[in-house]
Amino acid sequence: MTRNPLVGELPFPEAARRELSREQLRRNLRSATHTIRDKRARMVAEVPDWEELRVAGSAIKADVLARLPELLTRFEAAATAAGARVHWARDAAEACAIVTRLVRETGTDEVVKVKSMATQEIGLNEALEAAGITALETDLAELIVQLADDTPSHILVPAIHYNRSEIRDIFRERMAGTDPDLTDDPRALAEAARRYLRERFLSAKVAVSGANFAVADTGTLVVLESEGNGRMCLTLPETLISVVGIEKLVPTFADLEVFLQLLPRSSTGERMNPYTSMWTGVTSGDGPQDVHIVLVDNGRTATLADEVGRQALHCIRCSACLNVCPVYERVGGHAYGSVYPGPIGAVLTPQLTGVAANRSLPFASTLCGACFDVCPVRIDIPQVLVHLRQQAVDERRGHPSAERTAMRAATWIMSAGRRYTRVLRIARRATRPLAALLRRRTVRRLPWPLSAWTAERDAPLPAGESFRDWWARSREGS
Amino acid sequence: MDARTEILDRIRSALGNGAAPPPVPRDYLRTAECADPVELLTERLADYRATVRHCGPGELAATLAAVLADDPRLAVPYDLPGEWLTGYRGEVARDGDPAPLTVAELDDASAVLTGCAIAIATTGTIVLDAGPAQGRRALTLVPDHHVCVVRTDQIVAGVPDAVAALDPRRPLTWISGPSATSDIELNRVEGVHGPRRLDVVLVR
Ligand code: SF4
Repeated sequence: MTRNPLVGELPFPEAARRELSREQLRRNLRSATHTIRDKRARMVAEVPDWEELRVAGSAIKADVLARLPELLTRFEAAATAAGARVHWARDAAEACAIVTRLVRETGTDEVVKVKSMATQEIGLNEALEAAGITALETDLAELIVQLADDTPSHILVPAIHYNRSEIRDIFRERMAGTDPDLTDDPRALAEAARRYLRERFLSAKVAVSGANFAVADTGTLVVLESEGNGRMCLTLPETLISVVGIEKLVPTFADLEVFLQLLPRSSTGERMNPYTSMWTGVTSGDGPQDVHIVLVDNGRTATLADEVGRQALHCIRCSACLNVCPVYERVGGHAYGSVYPGPIGAVLTPQLTGVAANRSLPFASTLCGACFDVCPVRIDIPQVLVHLRQQAVDERRGHPSAERTAMRAATWIMSAGRRYTRVLRIARRATRPLAALLRRRTVRRLPWPLSAWTAERDAPLPAGESFRDWWARSREGS
Repeated sequence: MDARTEILDRIRSALGNGAAPPPVPRDYLRTAECADPVELLTERLADYRATVRHCGPGELAATLAAVLADDPRLAVPYDLPGEWLTGYRGEVARDGDPAPLTVAELDDASAVLTGCAIAIATTGTIVLDAGPAQGRRALTLVPDHHVCVVRTDQIVAGVPDAVAALDPRRPLTWISGPSATSDIELNRVEGVHGPRRLDVVLVR
């Protein structure tokens, strides 16, 4: 089994240190996140009832979770009646096994894929590959990442860490049939991807997708996209397999009136994304005639059991919280070690895997609150972060206490000698690049473990001073 | 225990006996206010770099002929009104008449001409629902140039108006401009896998 797509090879602080040394990455990220956050702000300002839409979106999702068994069975009945076959998967392995079996039954060994977080989360491409099935990512950014043998670093723009000339180099080296004189003009790059994928779309027999929304009342699935690769996959093949997290439901078709306003403006900063496809089971003579839906738990029910943490299941994966996060902007998506990076990743990932497998992620934040302000479904990410920090601490100590809550990160980190030494080492190495980064923009009072990185500017860390002393001193003023 | 039963059980035990959430507050605008939907739709479509032409019912054939002047081969749904094509000089392939066009034939067509179900002024969106003069989904996807006729009485103001007017049992395609990507440095580039040109003809 390859590594769990929700668990990094390194804990966040170490992975972050590695990423901080990548200058080009940081420049690319900064410019891209600022472009998108400005666009988002302009598009949101245009909507007079934005706050009311957010409140409704949040309430609809809370209602979905409260009525999940009823809505899931209703969805299943409606989709089945419309000609789809519905499958259930407890975890990633079961979901991958179902998809693999369905692909095998078609007799093909190649599938085209629409970008989907759920299939990344379950490690589907790797599972298919192990079964001798090639999965071709067709979203431009996913294709770039796949060709580069890399992992996505952003929910919406997985290749956000590459600039245009790096993308050109990847295409030239890795994409069969690419013109060696390909320029780095984005138009030329998009055209090159179009040519590469065209034949494959037109001859594909099986497609795998996710879904942004699943309508309980009608059994309808909804996919938002930009390039038309989604439409290609959802329309041309004979077989369509959609992998859908159980939290993707909305109760009624009318509820889409809220989310189709919230999502495009929050994600790409557009009034509407170029293409949205909605399909209900099988339509005779139009699109795939063999339609499957795989409903996946994979840690969602465990997340649901936590009354504070369950709001992370409201997430509609717009990625607005990544684009405004000062930590994400500096360390990038890979540091989080999960397919879900950024603020939402810091609260969702540890819940999906259990906090024990991702103890450092709830600390990957400054608690500045920007993520909550932009979240279209009002997930109080800082609240969940603090809550999970408590759990990470308790996890180590065995039982909760109010005092430890106050100590939060510090207690956690200092209670383990081995980790203490490691963090001290990281803190010293990492202060320089972070201080350089932070020169232009102040981030006050980074909590652990990031506070160590701000040491140089906020509270100097002389070589001779003990870490514990320095920490106590630097906390006094904050 | 099978996966379905186990997942439903897990959910029930995760939820416990929690109180039902309060009703969803729907204080947002259910019908958008819009003084001039035609003008707004035109402006919003232009923002996506779609081209928009206006004409009266009597000028439709001539307008379409002009828009399609450079397209030698046109795919159309089987039920496209014949009078739309009276000015067009190229070759016409009707999908489903006598048989559905193959993917290769669709790929061969330089353009596709359809009507639509509705259009949304606020977002510059055209919705196809496989209804009259629209055909199946592949038809408007494979050819590189989509020409779409929108009657002004098909324009609704906002997204809630559109959702209320649509039937989810039909396959729906919401189109907002030509295909585009924002994957390279987050700047929008028009023209990837879907049609690279979208021309909208608004008929009063
Ligand atoms: S948490 Fe909110 S802002 Fe972040 S991706 Fe999810 S919906 Fe978007």
